[in-house]
Amino acid sequence: MSILIDENTTFIIQGITGREAVSMTREVLDYGSKVIGGVTPGRKGRNVHGVPVEDTVRAFTERERVDASVVAVPPAFATDAVFEAIEAGIKLVIIVTERIPRKQVAQFVEYADQHGARIIGPNCLGVISPGKSRVGGVGGAAESTRRAFQPGVVGVMSRSGGMTVEISNALSEAGLGISTAVSIGGDAIIGSTYAELMPLFDADPATKGIAIYSEPGGQAEAQLADYMRSSGSNLPVVAFMAGRFMDAMPGMRFGHAGTIVEGRADTTAEKIERMEAAGIRVAERIEDIPRFLKERIG
Amino acid sequence: MRLYEFEAKEVLRRARVPLPKSVMARTPEEAETAASEVGGPVVLKSQVLSGGRMKAGAIKFAEDGAGARAATAEILGITVNGQQSVGVLVEERRDVAQEYYAAVTWDGRAKRPVIIFSDMGGIDIEEVAEQHPEHLSRTHFSNLAPLSDYQAKVAVSRVGVTGNDLGPLTRIVAALVKVFVERDMTLAEINPIGKLADGTFVALDSHMDMEQEARGTHADLLRSLGIPDEDTRMARPPTEFEIAGAKVNDADTRGVAGNITEFDGNLGLIIGAGGGSLTLFDAVRAAGGNPANYCEIGGNPSVAKAAALTKLVLSKPGVDKIAVMMNVVSNTRADMMARGIVKGVIEAGYDPAEKIAIFRIPGSWEEEGFAILRKYGVEFVDRSVSMHEAAARAVAKMAGT
Amino acid sequence: MAMFIRVDIDESVQADEALKKSLVEVCPVDIFALDGGRVVTLDANLDECTLCDLCIQAAGDRVQVVKLYRE
Repeated sequence: MSILIDENTTFIIQGITGREAVSMTREVLDYGSKVIGGVTPGRKGRNVHGVPVEDTVRAFTERERVDASVVAVPPAFATDAVFEAIEAGIKLVIIVTERIPRKQVAQFVEYADQHGARIIGPNCLGVISPGKSRVGGVGGAAESTRRAFQPGVVGVMSRSGGMTVEISNALSEAGLGISTAVSIGGDAIIGSTYAELMPLFDADPATKGIAIYSEPGGQAEAQLADYMRSSGSNLPVVAFMAGRFMDAMPGMRFGHAGTIVEGRADTTAEKIERMEAAGIRVAERIEDIPRFLKERIG
Repeated sequence: MRLYEFEAKEVLRRARVPLPKSVMARTPEEAETAASEVGGPVVLKSQVLSGGRMKAGAIKFAEDGAGARAATAEILGITVNGQQSVGVLVEERRDVAQEYYAAVTWDGRAKRPVIIFSDMGGIDIEEVAEQHPEHLSRTHFSNLAPLSDYQAKVAVSRVGVTGNDLGPLTRIVAALVKVFVERDMTLAEINPIGKLADGTFVALDSHMDMEQEARGTHADLLRSLGIPDEDTRMARPPTEFEIAGAKVNDADTRGVAGNITEFDGNLGLIIGAGGGSLTLFDAVRAAGGNPANYCEIGGNPSVAKAAALTKLVLSKPGVDKIAVMMNVVSNTRADMMARGIVKGVIEAGYDPAEKIAIFRIPGSWEEEGFAILRKYGVEFVDRSVSMHEAAARAVAKMAGT
Repeated sequence: MAMFIRVDIDESVQADEALKKSLVEVCPVDIFALDGGRVVTLDANLDECTLCDLCIQAAGDRVQVVKLYRE
């Protein structure tokens, strides 16, 4: 089992003819994912690595089942692309694009709620269920991805795309492997937070533990702590907290847009305290994550 | 990016929010003139990008022009939480009967904007929230439904305001909501709103933060407020080294190699990507190292760009060695990074084997990368050596320098 | 000076107008350029070579990409 995607997931790539999207298309095809089309306005009739290109999302949804869309268009066009995907009935929209203004993110997240659709990202690398499918570029080249993401028992959620790979790699090297890894995105407002994905992992028999990567800024860690206290979840959770040096430097910007510290509860010290109080083990080093999880997964 | 109080008040004035009369002064002389323009007793408020002005003594009162001049001379010398004052807002002093608090900000959990309103203004709002929750309302509103004044009315009414006060307070809060939404603010706050003896209301102080990513969208507003593009509004102005880093990044659109922040250590860092940089900077410090800089590399930058960044870091006085480290890379290529960094070191006139303390960029195209590093005698490690271990090895090498 | 990549173009390529044009077109990092009717490599771009092999696919063994760091 897995969450969000599996070997049958069909998806399209919006913005498929862009430089990075062309490489992503090659990489997901090599991995065995079912990418069935791409959308770039004005490029109908072309193909990218054999994947057909259309002008609209509906051109695909009207003739076949489309489970998901990866949005990889420039920031100025991203919001429009997300609305188009949701309106066409796609239920999982994964947004790679960075630097979409917060107001627009909040708008399409609200629109998705109204339509029963789920958003992952923005500013993320996608979702992978090792050995089944990968929707988005997480992991890069297929061979490198297979090495970093071996099938296994840990669910991974990370606010950093790169650290999704690093942590998954550490779990794979340690023999635990990954059930599903979700690069949830580095922005201040994202479609799916840790706490919002936890019920899916709780319901997934393949997942025996959770590893998260977190940063300064925002409420996501406090929200996860609340979830762990109130939900009765039995999954052991280990968190890695980066950016501890930022606590002493308010008003400076580092890393992702979402790391900006806007209140007392946003600092790493505060987040660590809240998570530990809720039974989440906080690791100081990446190599401690698999070690701590092994202690809890029998 | 944070606006100064005088800028935030100009935004409010354009939104037809009633304000006390005020004039901005950059020098004691200007303050004297401003005080006579405003007339009567004045309050002089340091313009800094920080709270805590009253505590720091950066807000003073004066009865006339001469007093304003003397007070301004003092205020301009006071830094507030490390922030330098850019001037003094000379404002008419009003007798306030009651103070209110109004703010609009994002609730990241609800993923909606929220209006926070209280009839206990002027004091720490987090304290009000904890100790007097009945005096504070939180009212979320939709991002999709059209803006409507009733949302502001609900927020004001929920703390018990009614009668003649409801209308004017609703209008102020509604105007604040409009500014927040239309100008992509992350915080738009008036604290306090003062109710005067005659029953009218004025905004006495305001704090606004605009989303960094939205600066381009609101270039018109920023220009009309006189805010130049290079004014970053960070906790401190950028150093020459940081400005040079921004130039390296902007000179080439391929990937990211920049977002440099200067520190005063001896170990130069070429690190990435976003989360990886935060992790690695912590790791170097945890190992007892002294970073010379923070930076971010990602999105597969060109060889030329990586070389330029390397040369810049090596040009910083006091940098003895550099550590090159990233998380397992997906789209950034280990070999292109190896080429760029080796090239940058050589072009700066150094031996890569001596200057690069450690190279840890596992992942895509790593075999080609390793071949380059072997040829130049650079110590490199693969993914079997963790980020923290790699950082510790780099720091250990610095002990001999 | 390029440090990592050298591209050798066989002299016979210079007589093949279509191939010269296609070398300029296929390279994603602009290594090839036409100079007075001859196709040449631009030193400033050689180290940006992504090893995509598109030039080799176009020219067969008449173009060679040499990794100087493997020598």
